[in-house]
Amino acid sequence: MSASTSTSANAIVGRGVGARRSKGWSPRTEATLRIVAPISFGLIVLVIWQLLVTVGGVSDYLLPSPISIVTELVEFWPSVVSATALTGTNSLLGLVVGSLVGIVGAALAARSRIVDQMSAPIVAALAVVPIVALAPVLNSMFGADSQFGRQAIAAIASFVPIFINTLRGFRQTKPVHRDLMKAYATNSGQMLMKLTLPTARPFILTGIRIASSLAVISALVAEYFGGPRGGLGSLIATSAASSAYGRAWAYVVASIALGLLFYLATLALERLVLRRVPTGGSR
Amino acid sequence: MSDQIPTTTSAINLGASVTADAAAVQVRGVNKQFQTATGIVHALENIDLTVQAGEFVSLIGPSGCGKSTLMRLIADLDDPTSGELTVFGKTATQARLDQDYGIAFQQAGLLPWRSVAANVALPLELHGVGSATRRTRVAELLDMVGLTEFADRFPDQLSGGMQQRVAIARSLAEQPRLLLMDEPFGALDEMTREKMQTDLVRIAADTGAAVVFVTHSIPEAVFLSDRVVVMSPRPGRISQIVPMRLDAADGREERDDDLREASSFFEMVTEVREALHGGADHSTGDGVATARGVDTR
Repeated sequence: MSASTSTSANAIVGRGVGARRSKGWSPRTEATLRIVAPISFGLIVLVIWQLLVTVGGVSDYLLPSPISIVTELVEFWPSVVSATALTGTNSLLGLVVGSLVGIVGAALAARSRIVDQMSAPIVAALAVVPIVALAPVLNSMFGADSQFGRQAIAAIASFVPIFINTLRGFRQTKPVHRDLMKAYATNSGQMLMKLTLPTARPFILTGIRIASSLAVISALVAEYFGGPRGGLGSLIATSAASSAYGRAWAYVVASIALGLLFYLATLALERLVLRRVPTGGSR
Repeated sequence: MSDQIPTTTSAINLGASVTADAAAVQVRGVNKQFQTATGIVHALENIDLTVQAGEFVSLIGPSGCGKSTLMRLIADLDDPTSGELTVFGKTATQARLDQDYGIAFQQAGLLPWRSVAANVALPLELHGVGSATRRTRVAELLDMVGLTEFADRFPDQLSGGMQQRVAIARSLAEQPRLLLMDEPFGALDEMTREKMQTDLVRIAADTGAAVVFVTHSIPEAVFLSDRVVVMSPRPGRISQIVPMRLDAADGREERDDDLREASSFFEMVTEVREALHGGADHSTGDGVATARGVDTR
């Protein structure tokens, strides 16, 4: 190739890159944008919201302004923190118990056809019952000063997606892997630890991630139906009832933060555990 | 052929200590039928086969001739409907429990969440081999299959050929006296395949293990084997057993790529092909119809 053609080729390549730059962005800019764009969009929405209330004159009980919500949030900070901790504890306990029962139940159902057939209608019933509707019943069963009813509701709500996902995961073992394990004369315990559980792991973690949001929502909503006060749900209800709309919204903001915390924590757990599990699988 | 080894007595009273001259595999009058929706399928009919210790035997035949089924019976992954099958003089189940064989399938079947080294270590780990011994053994095996620098990689980071080599290393982990291989190179490209065949010949000669090798490739069977068992389908039968008379046959370890161009190699390929095609009818030109699925590469 002569010098002149190579330079002209370079010029074309250069122009090509330039053209792409002007259309799209460099990877670095794109990464920054991915963070900046949603944040600025949120800020714009907040500003419009604020203007709508102050300039547009939307009444405070219809829609409190972002500034008044933040003011209430700061003013009642200790109460917000303790309420979040209370509801968070209920949700976490529910999630942990629901996960354990769900995983063990799915393991039994995967092992025994009878357990599977017996549990199927129960799980279907649990999946369709509006769990929070049980709240008044459980509150009267375990007394008005007990958090147990709320924890039980969070546990039941988490159980369903974890059970279903885990059971599905337990059934994903490949015939070639099962043959291999049989050829190695493995006992059932080894089979579970070396093959079945690792195969099911991504399914279990997805179940837990789905359940994490459900646990928070149901623990919180269960507080609307009586029982001891002090959680986010009961404080939202009482604030709204006493016309403290800004404060009610402040607790709502805390609820969103709590739900997000649970979701992100379980997402991080999933990422951490599955970090080394490739997506393609082996042939 | 010394088919008359007294296995019936040894099957009763012997555990791990088996007489050195017991055949690796002895199959006597074995039948296998599968119950399907459309009726009973005769997968294998009246199979007699003896594989001596250290012998390399290939099972070849068209699709549906039961060659994989026969291997699965030897591995005790399925049970024969009738007949007698012993591995080193023991029942197939006892041999499996004693871990007398190593096995490799058409799919590598590696566990995707384990690294290459951990995959090779799996059988050792399952059978309680200490971690120090395990490490040295895995290092040896990976060296043998030329994958030392890939020890920490994961299966999805390897090519199909490399995955298959990991699977072969894994099958050799416990130094089995018998290797069962079900079309392990079936999914590989031709070049990788020839390389793997040469490697396998060397490995089998080094370890002195008997090999039962299922394939549908005639040149592959000829290149690797001491004897080629030609099977015919519906019902699965052994139609002929062809001993390989290659110039290098007195030492299997001397088989290399030169053999693939030797005239004795082509003679054997022709002999096996005729055995395959002549099984049902003796039409010379259009025998292909009776040997569907047989790879004549």
